[in-house]
Amino acid sequence: MTILLKGGDLVDPLKGVIAKQDVIIEGQRILKILPFGVFSETGPQISIIDISGKLIIPGMIDMHVHLREPGQEYKETIATGSLAGVAGGFTALACMPNTDPVNDNVSVTEFILRQASKAGNLKVYPIASITKGRKGDTLTEFGDLKKAGAVGVSDDGSPVVNSEVMRRAIEYARYHNLTVISHCEDLSLSAEGVMHEGSISTKIGLRGIPSASEEIMVQREISLARLTGCPVHIAHVSTAESISAIRRAKEDGVPVTAETAPHYFTLDHTALIGYNTNFKMNPPLRTPEDVLAVKKGLSNDVIDVIATDHAPHSRLEKDLEFDKAAFGIIGLETALPLTLSLVREGVLTMQSAIKKLTHAPAAILGINSGILREGAIADLAVIDPGCEYTLKEGDILSKSKNSPFIGKTLIGKNTLTIVEGRIVWTGDSTRTCS
Amino acid sequence: MDGFNHKDLLGMGQLSVTDIELILDTAESMKEISLRDIKKVPTLRGKSVINFFYEPSTRTRTSFELAAKRLSADTVSLSSSGSSLTKGETLLDTARNLQAMHPDLIVLRHSSSGAPHLLASEINAGIINAGDGTNEHPTQALLDLFTIREKKGKIQGLKIAIIGDIEHSRVARSNIIGLTKMGADVTVSGPPTMIPSKAESLGVRVINNPADAIKDKDVIMVLRIQLERQSKILFPTLREYSTYFGINKDILRNAKPDAIVMHPGPINRGVEMSSDVADSPFSVILDQVTNGVAVRMALMYLLIGGHKSDDIA
Repeated sequence: MTILLKGGDLVDPLKGVIAKQDVIIEGQRILKILPFGVFSETGPQISIIDISGKLIIPGMIDMHVHLREPGQEYKETIATGSLAGVAGGFTALACMPNTDPVNDNVSVTEFILRQASKAGNLKVYPIASITKGRKGDTLTEFGDLKKAGAVGVSDDGSPVVNSEVMRRAIEYARYHNLTVISHCEDLSLSAEGVMHEGSISTKIGLRGIPSASEEIMVQREISLARLTGCPVHIAHVSTAESISAIRRAKEDGVPVTAETAPHYFTLDHTALIGYNTNFKMNPPLRTPEDVLAVKKGLSNDVIDVIATDHAPHSRLEKDLEFDKAAFGIIGLETALPLTLSLVREGVLTMQSAIKKLTHAPAAILGINSGILREGAIADLAVIDPGCEYTLKEGDILSKSKNSPFIGKTLIGKNTLTIVEGRIVWTGDSTRTCS
Repeated sequence: MDGFNHKDLLGMGQLSVTDIELILDTAESMKEISLRDIKKVPTLRGKSVINFFYEPSTRTRTSFELAAKRLSADTVSLSSSGSSLTKGETLLDTARNLQAMHPDLIVLRHSSSGAPHLLASEINAGIINAGDGTNEHPTQALLDLFTIREKKGKIQGLKIAIIGDIEHSRVARSNIIGLTKMGADVTVSGPPTMIPSKAESLGVRVINNPADAIKDKDVIMVLRIQLERQSKILFPTLREYSTYFGINKDILRNAKPDAIVMHPGPINRGVEMSSDVADSPFSVILDQVTNGVAVRMALMYLLIGGHKSDDIA
């Protein structure tokens, strides 16, 4: 079976937008990338898809999602999460280990991969925990986990408090080529906080999480990376000072990389007025000044990656008093339009925006993907950057609907997802452009 | 009722100056009812009021209950220990069940900031916030405004100091909003550990030292130190708190000679306020309690009694 994607413009994360390129896919791989019209073969064995006016991009890679399986299948399963992923334009997801049981051993890693392959939507790359049970004491078996298919390690929302343990973890992880991802939070400082500490928490009487609770830990990870020379990836950066610290570290040649999530460049803490729990996440939405700093950090490449921190929660965890509700929002189906808004604003070029969703996370996780080349595995998406639509709760494919963007107008939509040469998403009739 | 178009009272922020004046004016006629021999008028006959107190309270609950009863409403009081909340039912489910019984008004006290807002978005009955977490306690602010106006003849232009745990106090937050809205000049005071982040954004001045904060003030509002809530790191000991931040007769000399001293109660005598202040002629603490009933009567009348033309007198 041969697929010809005809008439679209191609976004190369390293070279930019190349107008009018046809992509020919045969089997699992990209056979040819040719200027429009050069490939003119037809026949029953060639499926021609006209994508004129649209962009072909490498399949998006989300290096920070919570798929909830095993243990919390009522919130999300690997099948539903990966379906939401392909709908959003993703061809690979790296899932965090805060499952039940924790992904701290080979059998859980293998289970996740088995469920992913059964679902058949996209590639799932497990992130194992750094320590057993994410308790911060004893390292997991990095070698065996890597061999089983884990690409990174993280204790996620229970960050390793003991600096000696973290130091040894990043040293040992490098030996096994595992990416260490740190959720930076000084838990004693964030304590009972439920939103950013500042003028809005003071106004509406909610316990604050100071920016310093993130920044202290960012500084520690930078110091450890500097000490050991071993890389650390900082998850979901949200504050201006975290970004300054990472910028200085990068200038000094410290091997640190960073990601942020679309909500940190789209929303700020004023959204919390009204106590809507779909704006409750950790780290919390910060100030408008922090939002500007995140945008600047993206545009000058201090922040390498856009990842969603897709965190499905059911109504049971969200239809509650604000301080009792769970932290986190879903993000797989809104990442693309929110990122494209940065292109429209002039914060990022199209090339740079797509790079942060594709090639950059692939490079950090050591996945051979995120670029469109002849001979490469055909993981790609076709997007319509001008498609304008209103996000409706009923259209969300994730099992949980905890999105702050329901009812909002979004611009930019994925229309076709191909994983290993297989069409896994062809858009749907409900999400039509207005 | 012309001019009072609110289904709920969730916080002071939603009220205009006109709204507040209307509530205070209405409370004046209500206050007279409580001084009668027969303390009851038929205004809210046939209306049902549920007092839903998810947090312990004596003064506020009694005040709301008397207010409703003096207006002839039928009242039911629920506390969390006697309700389904202890059986694992969510707040929204409990509320929906109450809603199914068609009450006209639910008075909610809850430990979570924003809980009444959650309820109000789901429920047809009016909601009065009787204190939500560390957010607001609007009826306390209204009774404080009423008391200040009664004693001082006005609110605009008065200099007011609020002293204590500003960060965790819903009384402080509601009073700051109400007082600044009515044109008072508000200073907050207390140890730095109890002053919220960006306090100035609320439109107040911060002076940590209470002796300095009190200087030339017309009204001194002292907040309760919540022994049950405050951890050991906001201040080291009660003894030290009372030494450096407690209000006693000596410190009070800095205020205007005709200053009044207020407290939302219950007082920890000898901690945030000495007995010689609490029992002094400066103190209007018991007037606040009396006025609380009148203000709550006024509010209930304005929220659910307004569609009838019957005379409240």
